[in-house]
Amino acid sequence: MKNISIELLWHCSAGSAGVNRAFPYRFTRKSNQTRLSFPNLPRTSYRLKSCSATLSLMVEMEENPKFDADKAASLVKELRKNFNSGRTRSYEWRVSQLKSIEKMVEEKEREITEALHKDLSKPAFEAYISEISQVKSSCKSALKELSGWMIPEKVKTSLTTYPSSAEIVSEPLGVVLVISTWNFPFSLSLDPVIGAISAGNAVVLKPSEISPATSLLLSKLVEEYLDKSAIRVVEGAVDETTSLLEQKWDKILYTGSARVGRIVMAAAAKHLTPVTLELGGKCPAVVDSNIDLQVAVRRIIAGKWALNSGQVCIGVDYIITTKDLAPKLINSLKYELEQFFGKDPLQSKDMSRIVSSSQFARLVKMLDEDKVSDKVVFGGQRDESQLRIAPAILLDVPEDSQIMQEEIFGPLMPILTVENLEDSFEVINSKPKPLAAYLFTNDEQLKKDFVQKISSGGMLINDTILHVAVDGLPFGGVGESGMGAYHGKFSFDAFSHKKAVLYRSFTGDASVRYPPYTPGKQRLLKALISGNIISIILALIGWSKD
Amino acid sequence: MESVGDLERDLEGMREYYSQGKTKEASWRKSQLKGLLTLLKEKEEDIFKALKQDLGKHHVEAFRDEIGTLTKSLNNALGSLKEWMSGRKAILPKIAVLSTAEIVPEPLGLVLIFSSWNYPFGLSLEPLIGAIAAGNTVVLKLSELAPACASLLANTIPNFVDNKAVKVFQGGPTVAEQLLQQKWDKIFFTGSARTGRLVLSAAAKHLTPVTLELGGKCPAVVDSLSSSFDRKAAVKRIVVGKYGACAGQACIAIDYILAERKNISTLVEMMKVIIKEMFGGNPIESHSIARIINKQHFLRLKNLLEDPNVKASIVYGGSLDEDHLFIEPTILVDPPLEAAIMTEEIFGPLLPIISLEKIEDSIQFLNSRPKPLAIYCFTKNKSLERRMISETSSGGVVFNDAIIQYAADSLPFGGVGESGVGRYHGKFSFDTFSHEKAITRRSFLTDFWFRYPPWNAHKWQLLECAYNSDYLGLLLVILGLKKPRRGSYQPAYSH
Repeated sequence: MKNISIELLWHCSAGSAGVNRAFPYRFTRKSNQTRLSFPNLPRTSYRLKSCSATLSLMVEMEENPKFDADKAASLVKELRKNFNSGRTRSYEWRVSQLKSIEKMVEEKEREITEALHKDLSKPAFEAYISEISQVKSSCKSALKELSGWMIPEKVKTSLTTYPSSAEIVSEPLGVVLVISTWNFPFSLSLDPVIGAISAGNAVVLKPSEISPATSLLLSKLVEEYLDKSAIRVVEGAVDETTSLLEQKWDKILYTGSARVGRIVMAAAAKHLTPVTLELGGKCPAVVDSNIDLQVAVRRIIAGKWALNSGQVCIGVDYIITTKDLAPKLINSLKYELEQFFGKDPLQSKDMSRIVSSSQFARLVKMLDEDKVSDKVVFGGQRDESQLRIAPAILLDVPEDSQIMQEEIFGPLMPILTVENLEDSFEVINSKPKPLAAYLFTNDEQLKKDFVQKISSGGMLINDTILHVAVDGLPFGGVGESGMGAYHGKFSFDAFSHKKAVLYRSFTGDASVRYPPYTPGKQRLLKALISGNIISIILALIGWSKD
Repeated sequence: MESVGDLERDLEGMREYYSQGKTKEASWRKSQLKGLLTLLKEKEEDIFKALKQDLGKHHVEAFRDEIGTLTKSLNNALGSLKEWMSGRKAILPKIAVLSTAEIVPEPLGLVLIFSSWNYPFGLSLEPLIGAIAAGNTVVLKLSELAPACASLLANTIPNFVDNKAVKVFQGGPTVAEQLLQQKWDKIFFTGSARTGRLVLSAAAKHLTPVTLELGGKCPAVVDSLSSSFDRKAAVKRIVVGKYGACAGQACIAIDYILAERKNISTLVEMMKVIIKEMFGGNPIESHSIARIINKQHFLRLKNLLEDPNVKASIVYGGSLDEDHLFIEPTILVDPPLEAAIMTEEIFGPLLPIISLEKIEDSIQFLNSRPKPLAIYCFTKNKSLERRMISETSSGGVVFNDAIIQYAADSLPFGGVGESGVGRYHGKFSFDTFSHEKAITRRSFLTDFWFRYPPWNAHKWQLLECAYNSDYLGLLLVILGLKKPRRGSYQPAYSH
């Protein structure tokens, strides 16, 4: 799949119907288009939620044989054979592959940065922080911890199985599929792959076709640096993904939209395949008045505009604050935004662009909605030819507007005002559970209530985004924002089966377990299960209270 | 069953009750668990009766596998609840000064449990314990195939636990389908792989996480054992792990045996003796072995034996009493591997023994079949033990015993591949019904300027030091004592 070329982005979403724009990247001619259809899903679910591998159609070059279900089947068969040979299970193999990833990132940093710039105009610094260093540190911590992760966990056993010993052994699941997305096309591809390799699996990675330069680079680099017999990249769009999803996998990790997440899960159901779904949602930031406003505002900007122009599944989607604080907050945001991105942010080299014209159109439509357009209090200028939108702040947009109903996934920030900050809980709880929830306050009680009453994948008090970089924390959603978690040891666990192993010796057998059942045996069983030593002795010598 | 409208209203009410936060309180959870303990104690006789009626289970077996195990689980949950509920700290890198991180378990919301008929109490209440301990509201759908047990549970549970938070439904596939159309925050299913697929597909529509407790053909690999004491212990455990576990109608019952050809005749002879010892010369009289759940399953088992090649391989037992739905403990030696008895989960008192040349061949035998819920291996050979763990895959492995892992709270109970998704028992039950919320707290005091744009080479260098935990480098760059190595590095592109 080396000569993949991506042209016509063709969204299956009502939101962007009619916005078929040629993607100016290695254009070739088109052949047969087929629409992906999943008859089990109601059509009404066709709403674009972002953080996504957006569905699009791709066109093949004629000389490039299509990756169809047969190809997918033989790929899985080959990898399964290699997995069954046991080569991926050894500690040495896992370490060698992780080291190769490390080496690859080290040696190809420039290529990676350039691909990310092609796909998203991602500033080199941002690419370094959120993609390259993220992958590096995942590799580093996996290499450091792997031998510890692989050691079976000894557990205590109780009287009911006495005498025995027990342990929990982590074993690889087999052949796994990672489907990644376009907003952090490098780290969101390799982070899960690192987990899959650490756990000793064979893995197929399907990068997003919406970020074609990175997708192509990944396929090239993985082939160059990693063990081809167990780690593969399949490039492509809907057709290729569909072919892959028809196969039997031992695990699927998908990053993207809730809509496609449902499709992935339904496909997995046929083979009883466990899934981890990393989705998104509207992540709120609640801002209290008793805080260091400048620091808070800088951190909010870092978690919205300074991070891939808000195209982040854990980016701040909207702000809730009090009526009193709103004007001050807006002023401070304006001031700091200018400090960061200059007077004309459309020209700033420190901000990513919008990934595609259809995403651009979706965001513009949100901004131009009738009841919304007059709520813009700052920014929002756009440059369609460069796919850039200047940071926009909107005040008190109506709840039923598209911008408050969908995940924004772009540089638009609605601010909602409430009388009391506690009212924000109701606003948040009336929406699907988000992947992250942010709170800026010094009020301990409010912090406590926030943790207690708000359900979200993760939570960060007084900052944004940073929790993702904490290896000791699971990263994953709940409800609409996903299921399962990864990062650090959690990645290893996500791709492992926890096998319960119980060792018994032949001695130490209580006759009570075996028929013929007598009243005496029942008394002893009762005593054994209650763990009451006196009763056990009484039952054994034939006296009992019952 | 009520109408769909009533069901939706009921569930709405439960969600409303959940949102009030009552079920999140530790005291509420404790009192519900205590309620279940009281239920088991007060209704013990009724439970024995219902199990006798539905499955012909002897009351000591019923106590061992259902009431007793549940009592132990409840006591364990009550004793550990506080520890389970308290979050755990996560370690942060040094750069994150004045920050703390922890993982806090929170309930998922409204969850659905489907239980099964073979252990109608155990498989209903064991997950219920987890769901309640984790602070959820729960709908429990009981199997219609064990009607006496279902009606007992449906009538008693509301009297012992908060009926605003726990609702019990009886009924068949129609009810199950209606329930599956609703949106749940978790579905926990015990049953067959076929229905498991349906549950998973239905859950996909609402992105509901699912735990599937399925089954599979659990093998017992029996090595040559030199001491007669060990041999006898092994055979006793095998016999009770098959016929003594609801007459083989258990997802972790031994499905078949793998043994070396030279040992088979001894093995069969010993099994015959032990079966007589345990269940008497006429097992149907002794009441110490359960009957088949219903006619349909009885006929399914009968059909397994109908194949002439299978019939010819019976070396013990094989008599069927259709009126009493009773099947005698049956042993078969080398039935054809492609016969249904060796391709489907048996789920009854028929025990095929497959002969191998070398016991090590068992590994390849197992790997060519779907992953079972459990592998039992009777051996004293350490190298076989190691290979069995690392070269085969299954929900769990038990050495030198069978079934008993069900009672170990410290071990996860659950399958892999065809035998299921997810796990429970003990703390794992609590985790299964919880979301692990990652929480990080930061102070406003430390804020590194190099986190924010506009970007320059100096900030980059600092970030690199920070990410590499190179604190000395960080200090040197800040003090201007270290040259940024990326000074000239800017990718060659323009806007």
